Amino acid sequence: MKKVYSSAAEALDGLLHDGMFIAAGGFGLCGIPELLLQAIKDAGTKDLTFASNNAGVDDFGIGILLQTRQVKKMISSYVGENAEFMRQYLSGELELEFNPQGTLAERMRAGGAGIPGFFTKTGVGTVIAEGKMEKQFPTGPDGAMEDYIMEEGIFADLAIVKAWKADETGNLVFRKTARNFNAPAATCGKVCVVEVEEIVPTGSLDPDSIHLPGIYVHRIIKGDHEKRIEQRTVRQKKEQA
Amino acid sequence: MPWDRNQMAARAAQELQDGWYVNLGIGIPTLVSNYIPEGVEVTLQSENGMLGMGPFPYEGEEDADLINAGKQTITELPQTAYFDSAQSFAMIRGGKIAMAILGAMEVAENGDLANWMIPGKLVKGMGGAMDLVAGVGRVVVVMDHANKHGQSKVLKECTLPLTGKGVVDRIITNLGVLDVVEGGLKIVECAEGVTEDELRAATEATIVD
Repeated sequence: MKKVYSSAAEALDGLLHDGMFIAAGGFGLCGIPELLLQAIKDAGTKDLTFASNNAGVDDFGIGILLQTRQVKKMISSYVGENAEFMRQYLSGELELEFNPQGTLAERMRAGGAGIPGFFTKTGVGTVIAEGKMEKQFPTGPDGAMEDYIMEEGIFADLAIVKAWKADETGNLVFRKTARNFNAPAATCGKVCVVEVEEIVPTGSLDPDSIHLPGIYVHRIIKGDHEKRIEQRTVRQKKEQA
Repeated sequence: MPWDRNQMAARAAQELQDGWYVNLGIGIPTLVSNYIPEGVEVTLQSENGMLGMGPFPYEGEEDADLINAGKQTITELPQTAYFDSAQSFAMIRGGKIAMAILGAMEVAENGDLANWMIPGKLVKGMGGAMDLVAGVGRVVVVMDHANKHGQSKVLKECTLPLTGKGVVDRIITNLGVLDVVEGGLKIVECAEGVTEDELRAATEATIVD
């Protein structure tokens, strides 16, 4: 079965429909599926719900889909870098569900692992716990009971992720901190489309060094990535005395 | 003279123990890495998927694939390991991170922490803060003792929505160091030139002896 497609538009062909639920990888602007997001913009698919840690910036990442009003709801842990997001949210045009970052990652992982719900300490006693099932477990010192809340796995219609390299069977290798949400997001979609910087011949990746096996990956494209840096911080080389 | 930002960071660095894996929040906590005591080796975790966080890169060596949780470009170290966000928070929730040093808007005498939202103001999100305070072994808060109106941020009860309930172990402010204990807060030390009376007067929370 051929997994390699020639363009983002072709790789998304037949997968998009209005009102769908998409899980996207990336942290800030690092490791975001920028080409697939652009293709979704071009396709004009509307009323989208995104599970994504962040919402991009105004003109990059999911931000480009906010500008065209294609997003109905975001499930995110932090959305501070996007002025258009805030405008739409405050005016009631956009729904927002805050998830603690680790809860969001685990919800994706759990969904991909066939686990519809799990218990976590994160958010106990906060607004995050409101309306959620609570249960105690003997995890404290000397078996003392501790409070947990139930969170649900994410089962998305589509996962869009960015990896560094893929082979033709979809085995993936990520690079540095660009792995982030890409691995859990990839697992929680009914279909997973991946964009990479390089597609290498099958057999050329070390099987022991594959970060995500190709079983999770249905379609692959290779493309040129802008890979924008959000906060460029540097230090000065010390001058020789 | 109360401590300045760097002195607060230096005091917080005294909390670090050799061999610990530690997560530092944004702001003053980030400065803690400049004051790690001699002979103490700590590994810094960045919750976007990295252990062994190095300093900022030299100009021209920035890598878009290598950032910290504040989205700043950073570098790796010989012991660096990368992993995905689910594993990152698995080690946080699983209690593998010995300590988190975080900033705060309010801390209460029972260890409640508020540092993610002010109702009516722009809400950006909690990021990884709720997971960190729920999961790590020890939570140390570093913050100014008073807000910009001069009111105590060390309170009997938090007024802002919580990040975690009963999660803070120690508070380091510009005026001194306080521990969360049974019945209230206990003064561990005062900043140089700050008297215990001054620290008590500046604190709304109950101070126990």
